[in-house]
Amino acid sequence: MPVKVRIPTPLRKLTNNEEIVEISSGTIGAGIIELQSRFPGIKERLIDESGEVRRFVNVYVNEEDIRFLQNQDTPVKDGDEISIIPAIAGG
Amino acid sequence: MQATNGFMKALKCRECGREYPLTATHVCEFDFGPLEVVYDYATIKKSLTREAIQRREQTMWRYRELLPVAKEPTVGFQVGYTPLVRADRLAERLGVRELWIKNDTVNYPTLSFKDRVVSVALSRARELGFTTVACASTGNLANSVAANAAAAGLRAYVFIPADLEQGKIVNSLIYGAQVIGIKGHYDEVNRLCAEIAGKYGWAFVNVNMRPYYAEGSKSMGFEIAEQLGWKLPDHTVIPMASGSLLTKIHKSYQEFIKLGLVSSADYKVHGAQATGCNPISSAQKAGLDFFKPVKPNTIAKSLAIGTPADGFYALKVMRETGGAAEDVTDAEIRDGIKLLAETEGIFAETAGGVTAAVAKKLIASGKIPAKDSVVLCITGNGLKTLDAVVGHTGVPREIRPSLREFEALLTVDDIAPVNA
Repeated sequence: MPVKVRIPTPLRKLTNNEEIVEISSGTIGAGIIELQSRFPGIKERLIDESGEVRRFVNVYVNEEDIRFLQNQDTPVKDGDEISIIPAIAGG
Repeated sequence: MQATNGFMKALKCRECGREYPLTATHVCEFDFGPLEVVYDYATIKKSLTREAIQRREQTMWRYRELLPVAKEPTVGFQVGYTPLVRADRLAERLGVRELWIKNDTVNYPTLSFKDRVVSVALSRARELGFTTVACASTGNLANSVAANAAAAGLRAYVFIPADLEQGKIVNSLIYGAQVIGIKGHYDEVNRLCAEIAGKYGWAFVNVNMRPYYAEGSKSMGFEIAEQLGWKLPDHTVIPMASGSLLTKIHKSYQEFIKLGLVSSADYKVHGAQATGCNPISSAQKAGLDFFKPVKPNTIAKSLAIGTPADGFYALKVMRETGGAAEDVTDAEIRDGIKLLAETEGIFAETAGGVTAAVAKKLIASGKIPAKDSVVLCITGNGLKTLDAVVGHTGVPREIRPSLREFEALLTVDDIAPVNA
């Protein structure tokens, strides 16, 4: 059972409108590279010039923000679910 | 400019500058940066003069040209223009020359500054053809969406953390809104809402309507400037949850300067957080231009956002204006609530206690010099967060209806009858 990635609306043009894609990489960082190989252009939307996840992009593994885990080194395994979500305001 | 867009020109990404049409959309497709409304300031300058403003109704809509609706507002036209209270007794206690309270505890209709953002968001949602509105909220926004949607005949879904104060929950349910309590903290509510926002064709005020919604906060700053006699205060102390209010008050001051409505002034914008949820203030104090998310644990639930969407820009505003940030403990928050109540007769919710307590710290540390003028933005009403102060206010002393017992009680207070 591979890792599921939920693709947010702004990126679905790159994934042929797929809302969920599956990857087999072992970390978030490797997963982004795997996504880039299948959906060219997706990496630069998520990662800035310095190699960090963009300021307004939040990435979650099983509902936990990767900044509370190991950022791009966060391990993922079969059955995990990754969500990519833009930051939103509120209160 | 298309006439149908009023004074708005486009939506524009704050990060990369890409422009988008004025629809219900909130992030840049390229870098996920927040979109912001661009105005036609040259046209606005022709109609928005001090004289024109002063002839208009005393509501937030007297600054209509700078609020993002295409036509006249249809929701919440009585919102805003809350009192700016000269707070001499509090000033004396804190040791500062000139202190004012912008009192949004009495904002119409739901007693918090959120009515400002909601009247804009719902007016714009109607213009764009929506019939259902929704929000993710720490409470006040939910109350305001529920009430204003009811009055406008719109259907409302509000999403809140399930453990909110009773007052905030009842204050959403009473208006007939669909209230969904999420078993998690606000950041988790927000994440869920981000995932469902596009699915049902709803106007999520703080998601797909965010560029319009957030602009409503500017009206608080416009009012402060006008009520001070078309001047800006030396210091403005603002509570920070997502950081949006702070950035928008700064923007309101900048727009008034740009339009020549106030003489350009040096002003500092300071941010207030609770120590139990201080991602922005701890970054500011460490001199960082980015924040690290936190898991909130504070009685100031309306400020309990651990992943503040505008945190980056709030840090930038404080840095650029020379402002500071501070945070305060739950005990200090309660003391702040009591201080406001006992000196000025204003019962604020926990966020107001945060703001008052942070102001006290900033004045004591000299970051706000004693000779300067200060405005505190008090954003919500204490009647909604009674849970936070119950058990910390003392209790009534009970006696039988007996003169003897009453006199015994006054003896304890060292008060004697005048003819004794």
